[in-house]
Order: sequence, then C-alpha cells, then structure tokens
Amino acid sequence: MSAPARQAPRAPGSRAMLDKLLLAIALLVLWQLLSLLAGPEVLTTPLATLRRLGRLMADPTFAAHAVETGTAFAVALVISLAGGLGLGVLLGAHRLSGEVSEPLLVGLYSIPKITLYPVVLLLFGLGMSAKIAFGALHGIIPVILFTMNSVRNIPHVYIRAGRAMRLSPAQMFSGVLVPASLPEIVTGFRLGFSLTLLGTLIGEMFASQRGIGYLLIKSMENNDTGVLIALALLLVVLATAASWLLLALERRVHGRFES
Amino acid sequence: MKGISRAGWIRLLVVALLLLALEGACRAGWIDPVAVIAPSQMIAGAWHLLASGKYTRPILLTLSNVAMAAGLAVATGFAAGWLLYRLPRLRRAADPLLASYYAVPTFIFYPLFIVLFGLNRWPLVAIGFIFAVVAMALNTLQGFERVPRVLRRTARAMRLSTREELVRIVLPSCAPHLFTGLKLSIVYSFIGVIAGEFVLSGAGLGFEIAFAYNSFDNATMYGLMILLLGFVGGLNMLLYSWERRLYLRRGGR
Repeated sequence: MSAPARQAPRAPGSRAMLDKLLLAIALLVLWQLLSLLAGPEVLTTPLATLRRLGRLMADPTFAAHAVETGTAFAVALVISLAGGLGLGVLLGAHRLSGEVSEPLLVGLYSIPKITLYPVVLLLFGLGMSAKIAFGALHGIIPVILFTMNSVRNIPHVYIRAGRAMRLSPAQMFSGVLVPASLPEIVTGFRLGFSLTLLGTLIGEMFASQRGIGYLLIKSMENNDTGVLIALALLLVVLATAASWLLLALERRVHGRFES
Repeated sequence: MKGISRAGWIRLLVVALLLLALEGACRAGWIDPVAVIAPSQMIAGAWHLLASGKYTRPILLTLSNVAMAAGLAVATGFAAGWLLYRLPRLRRAADPLLASYYAVPTFIFYPLFIVLFGLNRWPLVAIGFIFAVVAMALNTLQGFERVPRVLRRTARAMRLSTREELVRIVLPSCAPHLFTGLKLSIVYSFIGVIAGEFVLSGAGLGFEIAFAYNSFDNATMYGLMILLLGFVGGLNMLLYSWERRLYLRRGGR
C-alpha cells in the first residue's frame, strides 16, 4: 500500500527530469552532427572542444585574461547593483522624479549602447575603467527600473507605519522599502547580472588588449576555431549556471513573500 | 488627445538644461574637445553627413540587415512559440534553457558565424536573428497561454472549426503579446546588427562609427551617433506608444 503511494507523487518529477536529460542529449547530438557536416575547421565536436578548453585553461597566460575580465565584471556588477538599488529606491519613493526619469531610462535601455562605447573610451581612456564603466552602463538600468517599480507598489500602510515609528531615512530604506520590494529587486539583479556580463565582454571585444573578449576576437582573427568554440562553451556554461542559481533564488524569494 | 503631463514638461526642461550645460561647458573650453564636442556641433555634423550623401549606402545596408534579421526572427519565433505551446512536454524541458537564454552573451557566436558564412552581411543578419528570435518565441507562447478560457469555451459552444477559432479568437486575443514580440524583435535585431558591425565588419553604420573613432574624426562620429540613436529612439517610442494603445484597448473592453 505504502510503496505506490510514495512513488506516485515522484513520478511526474522524474519524468520532467528525464525530459530535460533527453533535451540535453538531443542538443549534444545536434552539435556533433553539425560539426560532422560542417567539418572540424568550422565547428569542433563537443569532445574536441572540451579537450581544447582543458588545454586552454591550463595555459598560464589564460589566468591573467580571466582575472582581468573577472575583476572588471565584479566591479561593474557591484556598481550596477548598489547604484541601481540606491537610485531605484530614491526614484520609486519620490513619485515625480520617477515619472520624469522613467521614459528616459526605458529609452536608454533599448538603444544599442555599443554606439556609445567610443564616448566611454574617450572619457575613461583605454583599459580597465572603460570596461567597468561600459559593463555598469548596461547593468544598472534594469536594476533601477525593477527597484523603482516595486518600491512604487509598496502598500502605503507600510510607509505610514514606518513614519509613525519615526524611522530615519536610512532606517526606512533598510527596514521598510528594501524588504518590502525584495522579490522584484532580485529579478532586477538577475537581469542586471547578465547585462553587465554582456557589456563587459563587448567592451573587451573592441579596443582592448586583455580579457576573455579580447581572446575571442584574437582567435577569430587568427582563424583559431578550436579556441573560439572552447571559449564560447565556457561562457555559455558559466552564464547559464549563474542564471539558474539566481532564478532558483528568485523563485524562493517570490514564494516566501507571496504566500 | 491629451497634452503633455507635468512630468513630461519637467522632463523636457531637464533634458534641455543638460544639453545647454554641455553646450556651455564645451564652448567655455572646460571639456576637452577630443573627448566630447558641443551638441550644436554634433547636430551640424549629423546634418552634413545626411546632406553629403556619403553615408546613404551604409545606412541602407544596416537598415536592410536589421529588417532581414527582424523578419526572420518574427516568422521563426512565431512558429517556435506555437510549437512550444502545442508540445507542453518540450516546453517544460526547455524552460530552464529559455529562462537563461538572455544571460548568454550571444555576441560570442559572432566570430563563429563569420567562419560559417564568410565576411559578408549574413553573419550580421544571423547575430541579429539569434538575439531576437527567442524574445518573439517567448511572447508568442505567453500570448497563446493567456487566451482566456472563457473565449476558448465560447468558440467550442459556437462550434467553430480549428481554423476559425485560430483566426477569430486566438490571434485577436494574443495580438498585444505578438506585438510586444515584434517590438522586441526589431529592437534586439538593431542591437545585434549594430554591435556586430561595430566589432568586426567592413561596412554599415556601426563600422562607420568605429572607423570615425579610430581616425579621431569626432564630428563624423558624434554625427553618426546622433543619427543612429535618434532613429532607433524614435522608432522605439513609436512602437512603445502603439503597444500601450493595444493593451489599453484590450483592457478597456
């Protein structure tokens, strides 16, 4: 009696897992077939790509490039998240300034920001600070927009309660505004994370001498398909893994706050 | 038609003041003209570019690439969204991949496309396409899923055929979502094509901006930037206001 009862709820979950596994295998098979069709000089096979990636990561110069990109990305991410959170709460709490700036931010969000990169380079000079500025320029806007909208939608009772307790602006920020809008802030962080990575990498692909983006461009110019696809695989895996983690966090936060 | 709101006036004022301040700072020599030139000079540069006709070909090339990428993305994305809707098992399996799709910087595949297609316009069309297609697919899927059940039941009560149900009930009901997908496809195609031209290409608007930057030709660079950003910004605003009207109409009924 107990065995089927225990199995029944597990069955749909395991079937979904099986489906995901099948999809992953199908994608791998597709990759293999494509590389067989196009030839190894255009698209290397999955196994050869993994081997190439292993050799690439063992190369001592690779670490320097990875550290360069990692540092630029980390600083840009901190600026995007902290700056976006601060500005978003301010613009959300002060309705008029939010209304004034929202269309400007939406406009800036949807233009191809790469066109502005020469300006960033002229202002910050070649090197690390331009990459950081460009990454932060990409990442900060979604964080501001999501934070602003969720702070606007906080029930007014919370804010009145905070005022009744005579909270200082700093206490209001950390005790009422941020916790009450946490789920949307996490969503904004997830978007900000991926856009900051995008901005940092594009910044390195143009007018740069170091970093993963530079390696990508160089391997293309040298027609070194093996390195190119190995780097693409590395970035896809890292970005997808980070996005899954943030998505899981997001679901937990949403679940906790909306139940 | 309602006039401009109070926030709209303040916004105009703020933007005008910022431009004036930049103009003043440049004229007074507080800002290095190698870095930023005065807004009036940017606009004069843009006008010269248009009048000279030298940049008509790159502009048309970029626009036709964007149009091709967006067109392909809309058609394929719609088909993919419909397929995902009809195959819920595939949809559940692909869900985590779709959710993290935009976390992957798609530009890393641009060099790969050059190896695949050669150094011509097709790598650019491809990069715009893969950047835009998933947005269209996701919005199509959402539109199909959000057709109110009562409408579906009405269709069945009226004994509509599958085709009639699609044409008279499903498509009108998910029109706003489809439009959102269309809008995002155009915007994302622009971003993909311009970025590709910028980083590695021999023609097009993005390339011309990078070329002007490399040859320290600030008047051309800022002029091209103003033209491009003005055009894309105007297009975005137009699409955005159409979209709002569509959603309002549906919500109002």
